Amino acid sequence: MRRWFCTWLGGLLLASGAALAQPVEVHDDLGQALRLERPPQRIVSLLPSLTESVAALGAGARLVGVDRYSNWPPEVAALPRLGGIDDAQIEALVRLKPDVVLASSAARSLERLEALGVPVLRLKSDSHADVRRSLALLAQLLGTPVEGERVWARIEAQLAAAQVRVPAALRGRSVYFEIGGGPYAAGTGSFIGQTLARLGMANAVPAELGPFPKLNPEYVVRARPEIVMGALREQPALRARPGWQAVPALREGRLCGFDDAGYELLIRPGPRLGEGAALIADCLQRLGTGAAR
Amino acid sequence: MNRSLALGGGALDGADTRRRRRLAVGLVLVLLLGGLAGLATGSDGLSLRALWADLQGPDTLLLIGHIRAPRTLGAALVGALLGLAGALAQGLFRNPLADPYLLGSAAGAGLGVVLVLAAASAGGAAVGLAGLAWLERLGLVGAAFVGALGGVALTLSLARGAAHTLRLLLAGVVVGVMAGAVSDLLTVAAPEALRGKQAFLLGSTSFLGWPALALLAVGLLLLLTVVGRFARALDALTLGDDSAASLGLDLPRLRLVLVLVLSAATALAVSQAGLVAFVGLVAPHLVRRAAPGPHGWLVLASTAMGAALLMLADVLSRALVAPQELPVGVVTGVLGGAYLVWLLKQRGAR
Repeated sequence: MRRWFCTWLGGLLLASGAALAQPVEVHDDLGQALRLERPPQRIVSLLPSLTESVAALGAGARLVGVDRYSNWPPEVAALPRLGGIDDAQIEALVRLKPDVVLASSAARSLERLEALGVPVLRLKSDSHADVRRSLALLAQLLGTPVEGERVWARIEAQLAAAQVRVPAALRGRSVYFEIGGGPYAAGTGSFIGQTLARLGMANAVPAELGPFPKLNPEYVVRARPEIVMGALREQPALRARPGWQAVPALREGRLCGFDDAGYELLIRPGPRLGEGAALIADCLQRLGTGAAR
Repeated sequence: MNRSLALGGGALDGADTRRRRRLAVGLVLVLLLGGLAGLATGSDGLSLRALWADLQGPDTLLLIGHIRAPRTLGAALVGALLGLAGALAQGLFRNPLADPYLLGSAAGAGLGVVLVLAAASAGGAAVGLAGLAWLERLGLVGAAFVGALGGVALTLSLARGAAHTLRLLLAGVVVGVMAGAVSDLLTVAAPEALRGKQAFLLGSTSFLGWPALALLAVGLLLLLTVVGRFARALDALTLGDDSAASLGLDLPRLRLVLVLVLSAATALAVSQAGLVAFVGLVAPHLVRRAAPGPHGWLVLASTAMGAALLMLADVLSRALVAPQELPVGVVTGVLGGAYLVWLLKQRGAR
């Protein structure tokens, strides 16, 4: 806490100076140094979660282009769409003359961009820690280093508020979160698994199996999860799977189905993860009152 | 192949009969053992002791009866349909590299699946609410089935019937490329469909239950009955078009019937299990190598061989990384590829 305060104070002092005109230097997740003469004023984001992070840090107005999947905040709808990370429209992107391109891991398009002299910042975003780190890094890059911790503190507060709302009767119950019909599960180590753990819920799929294992469906039947979560539109089909009628959550109707917007929010490792946790808490509260009746 | 045997009417020499009997017994044994292995492979991997424990436990009916039994048998039936379709395709095209997916059925089924997935993700906006409701009722299984038959129908219309095999093959390639392109375009527009499409392309035996099984079994029996009546004609076809025609066969009609049967078998298989790779290609191969014979035998043995192959592949897909699963199509792809490499080496050594 004290450390956080010191960073905050230090950041405040820094920001009050002429930080906006200062050169900035950051190291991305590949360890590559990126040095700009001044904080970038024209930003292209090729990853929805990074688009959201830039906006959350108060620099949404500096975005000049986004990938085809970015859809939050609503203002990005007006920005030029530049394809996806693997099929980015190089020419349209270069024409925008961005000061920096934000992207995830390696892709051929990024090498091409760098060869054309466009600075690229590669940021991993798979976990809560990644979100926190990339917020701090982006804040530094944007010349507003305090913002990173401020946004993260808000997320922390949202997580804490959501955790408190989880009904005591459901706390610690095992959850099976299905991420795809394979069936692919969101395991303990996944981004969603971290959110569930933060809310005090148990995960039917242990961390050893990796973040998104493709499971033998029998495994889920044996694990007897007490709550099943996933995309709303895929849930009617769950009961039709051989043997799944025996899963307690399905037998007793303890399902959390999220509509498309909510589901997308939940699985996107970005600054709205606190809102995602709130969605889960909403559903658990609903289930809790149902159980009490 | 021994031409004198191809007609099936001549005297069979003893060695061939013995080989066939041996293969038949072997296949029955493999099917029985595979079935047992299928029942003994749960989310903890392959273990007879665990099977014994499960049989004593309270969930026998659920785990063995409702999950493993239909899945294991379902894999066998899907494999059987693919083996049957493969034997027909190789006989029809007189080409050992022909496989059931050649005539546009795979691409058509894939397009059907992507269409349903993309429509569902686009909501009512793209197809209209009535269309969406219709697509949802059809479901992925129905869409794959209709798509597969639609693909073949398109191929047949492009080839102006089944009279010319080369034209038929070319039309199949055209339909495959076009349907593939359209489905790729759809997934770019609706990326949510990508995961479902991938699952379909890799094949899956995970969710086969008793209702699907009944459908597969009835379909297989019907198709085998039809093929039984045309097996002799297929033998005649291997002698070449002229000889077959001189035997009084109505070739265009024969080919059409065979194309329809092989398409129905493929459509039924892919609609339930996705595009399982290589089974349809390899099963007839293995049979011809182990015990060649007339088409009546070849089709029946390929059906059993396909069943055995997919049943074993399903067991492997469950057992290798339990409790996780490999897509069954990946397992068949690796096994089938390894077999073909081995075959190449054998040929090269000779």
